[in-house]
Amino acid sequence: MAHVSDLIASDIGAYLKSQEKKQLLRFITCGSVDDGKSSLIGRLLFESKLLFEDQLATLASDSKRIGTTGGDLDFALLLDGLSAEREQGITIDVAYRFFSTERRKFIVADTPGHEQYTRNMVTGASTADLAIILIDARKGVLTQTRRHSYLVSLLGIRHIALAINKMDLVGYSEERFNEIREQFRPFAEQIGLHEVSYLPISALQGANITRVSERTPWFHGPALMQYLETVEVDEQRMQRAPFRLPVQWVNRPNLDFRGFSGLIASGVVRQGARVRVSPAGTHSTVARIVTADGDLEQAVAGQSVTLTLGDEIDVSRGDVISAAESPPEVADQFEATLVWMHEQPLLRGRSYLMKIGAKTVAATVLPLKYKINVNTLEQLAATRLELNEIGVCVLELDRPVAFDPYENNRETGAFILIDRLTNNTVGAGMLRFALRRSQNVHWQALDVNKQAHTLLNGHKPCVLWFTGYSGAGKSTIANLVEKRLHALAQHTYLLDGDNVRHGLNRDLGFTDVDRVENIRRVAEVSKLMVDAGLIVLVSFISPFRSERRMARNLLQAGEFLEIFVDTPLAAAELRDVKGLYKKARQGQLKNFTGIDSPYEPPENPEIRIDTTQLSAEQAALQILGEMQRRGLIETV
Amino acid sequence: MSTLTHLQRLEAESIHIMREVLAEADKPVMLYSIGKDSAVMLHLAKKAFYPAPPPFPLLHVDTTWKFRDMYAMRERVARESGMTLLVHQNPEALALGINPFTHGSAVHTDVWKTQGLKQALDKYGFDVAFGGGRRDEEKSRAKERVFSFRSAHHHWDPKSQRPELWHLYNARKHKGESIRVFPISNWTELDVWQYIYLQDIPIVPLYFARERPVVEREGTLIMVDDERMPLRPGEKPLMRKVRFRTLGCYPLTGAIASEADTLPAIIQEMLLTRTSERQGRVIDHDASASMERKKQEGYF
Repeated sequence: MAHVSDLIASDIGAYLKSQEKKQLLRFITCGSVDDGKSSLIGRLLFESKLLFEDQLATLASDSKRIGTTGGDLDFALLLDGLSAEREQGITIDVAYRFFSTERRKFIVADTPGHEQYTRNMVTGASTADLAIILIDARKGVLTQTRRHSYLVSLLGIRHIALAINKMDLVGYSEERFNEIREQFRPFAEQIGLHEVSYLPISALQGANITRVSERTPWFHGPALMQYLETVEVDEQRMQRAPFRLPVQWVNRPNLDFRGFSGLIASGVVRQGARVRVSPAGTHSTVARIVTADGDLEQAVAGQSVTLTLGDEIDVSRGDVISAAESPPEVADQFEATLVWMHEQPLLRGRSYLMKIGAKTVAATVLPLKYKINVNTLEQLAATRLELNEIGVCVLELDRPVAFDPYENNRETGAFILIDRLTNNTVGAGMLRFALRRSQNVHWQALDVNKQAHTLLNGHKPCVLWFTGYSGAGKSTIANLVEKRLHALAQHTYLLDGDNVRHGLNRDLGFTDVDRVENIRRVAEVSKLMVDAGLIVLVSFISPFRSERRMARNLLQAGEFLEIFVDTPLAAAELRDVKGLYKKARQGQLKNFTGIDSPYEPPENPEIRIDTTQLSAEQAALQILGEMQRRGLIETV
Repeated sequence: MSTLTHLQRLEAESIHIMREVLAEADKPVMLYSIGKDSAVMLHLAKKAFYPAPPPFPLLHVDTTWKFRDMYAMRERVARESGMTLLVHQNPEALALGINPFTHGSAVHTDVWKTQGLKQALDKYGFDVAFGGGRRDEEKSRAKERVFSFRSAHHHWDPKSQRPELWHLYNARKHKGESIRVFPISNWTELDVWQYIYLQDIPIVPLYFARERPVVEREGTLIMVDDERMPLRPGEKPLMRKVRFRTLGCYPLTGAIASEADTLPAIIQEMLLTRTSERQGRVIDHDASASMERKKQEGYF
């Protein structure tokens, strides 16, 4: 800002006027500490004169104390926010930095380049218009460079600055620069990065940062800062895409006003335009574009507005209002790319919450088609995704949503997955395309339904879900309960874990993934049996809360009774009816619940059986008593 | 094609965040600290829900030690905003007479502000609270998420923050947990001032230079706002033309000598004087990582 400080001093009014036209560009820097990434950002802050005296003083004293530049200003220290990280000397999360020039304000996502932090880079890249990929001129294109470039292309960033840093250490050699450029170019084309600018820089010496350096007479620019000031921002490009407004909130202050509020994801909307509401597929026209500063004639991508429509049609949070002539697709089955963000791995068949736009739905990952080695781009077979892994999968939702393929629209094609129990954001994903399968298989409405079956049977159907350790006594108790119900002329069926594994689930083993699938199938079978009007007794270890909850959610309220057969592990192991614990302890049985595979006890079961206090007969009576209390059976 | 300015885009992002909170929270509240950032946040809230008034109350966690001009502004906002203003003063602090002179800035801030805030959130059962924090203010804030989760005990764990991607905010939480949401995370001090200027947002007069009674202590100019300020031997308040870059409790907020008595002059001074804004706050000088520690304990 040195060059504008005269204007600031002499005519602040003119300066403020010039600032009113400033644009916003968001970018991400990729590279490791060794590439001088933090130093580059520190340099950009310094060159844009945005460091304050007290920050410079702190920086100077920190540089002397813990710097790595031998007492010179260590710009990297500016970026390391949290104290624990400062001591480690590395950046471990996403930090956002700000600086501005006369033309633009910049938001920089600073993310680490270490192998284990794909998560952070993906997070920073998701909102970036542009990526600066740093290369150490001495080292050239590394595995890490390829990984960063792939992630950047995966996240749909169009503009790349390949900043070949530390040019001072290779004598500002044109030959070396060309060599690296030719190393990178074919790879960039292969992964679909078409707009790459190659820049020879030295963050340390400030070469080609704000202006073209005389040290590189063979380089004709633009310098990094000029490039950042002129490259097209995404929001401009998104204005050319079809209009999309994900509805966040229905504004109803009184009976005369009903507005639909949201941030315009793409395109332009004008008063009087024909629009379509998805997934419902209804049509209307835009009556008003309402803002607190007065109604607008038109609004563009990146603006938060409120629309009112010409017709009284049903619109709620999560719907997408679009241009009538080019609406988004609507589907409930997709192929998607997933980036796993959490220590707990993604399991095939498990149900997660998916947030897309302003809509939250249930999503199940069906087959995981493959995972991608981010270093080699190889496709590998996989049944699960671990933290920082990327895979392509089929995703099934519990209801249709409006979307665009991510490559066409980053806002309406992106989603996050949320764990139902911990509420953590565990995955980030990009929709590739809808699978036609879901549109070809329609639900067949049947005349003889659950109600009809129930009437004929003369009793209500339900599921008694027994869970607990192996050897806890589940099957013994379930067997007694079924005998008594049978004597009371109730129609029952007992699904026993071991028995079902002999048939329907013969193909499944005992890994976490297979356990999830095991329970999913049994839950679906139970649901069919409840439809048939039966009392279904399910006796499965079913170690995970998540799948038990999934089974519960398949049924109506009151139809699912979770019965926790609470036998402490030590007691179950002591009994060891089938000799399995012994084998597991000797290492002959892998993934055995309680030994080397976890059991998550129910938090609020309908019935808890304390087998240290009750006999199997008493336990059966307790269950029948509870069924009677709930009106499921009349007598015990 | 019309290109949006950086302030239009920041405004749109903040509005989006506020609407998202309203749609997903059970009982949201907006922390109102009377300063310029709060003024901008309140202005954005009015825009976000227009033509409805912002559908949540304002909460001021009071320390009884704010400048008199700030209390006047608070009452004006309560009258004009159409929103309910709740004021909470920590009853224990009130009973013990906690003040910055006897107890020092650390205790004063902890008991009145940190504990007071927790009490207020618990008392009313708010599950989401908007705050006016900005990432450019301070290093630990640069890494804090827009949606920042607090345990049932109001603790912040910087190591287990949820990733925030695209415009997708995950606002799901367990019973007892709460969320602090920072809608103006991506604004800088300059953005805030430019926006106040362009939108003509009312702010406390203390931001403008005027003759005020001050004493100089350890290089900081402290305004003698009322008779509770104990003067040291030989100390005599002098009238000097000063203003404040940031507002807090008056004995803990340093003034700067200044001639800037209009918004353009303030912006001009800010751009030409190169010290960052939190320097005027005595509490930030305690220890190098003090803000991060305070945040973990529940400070906003």
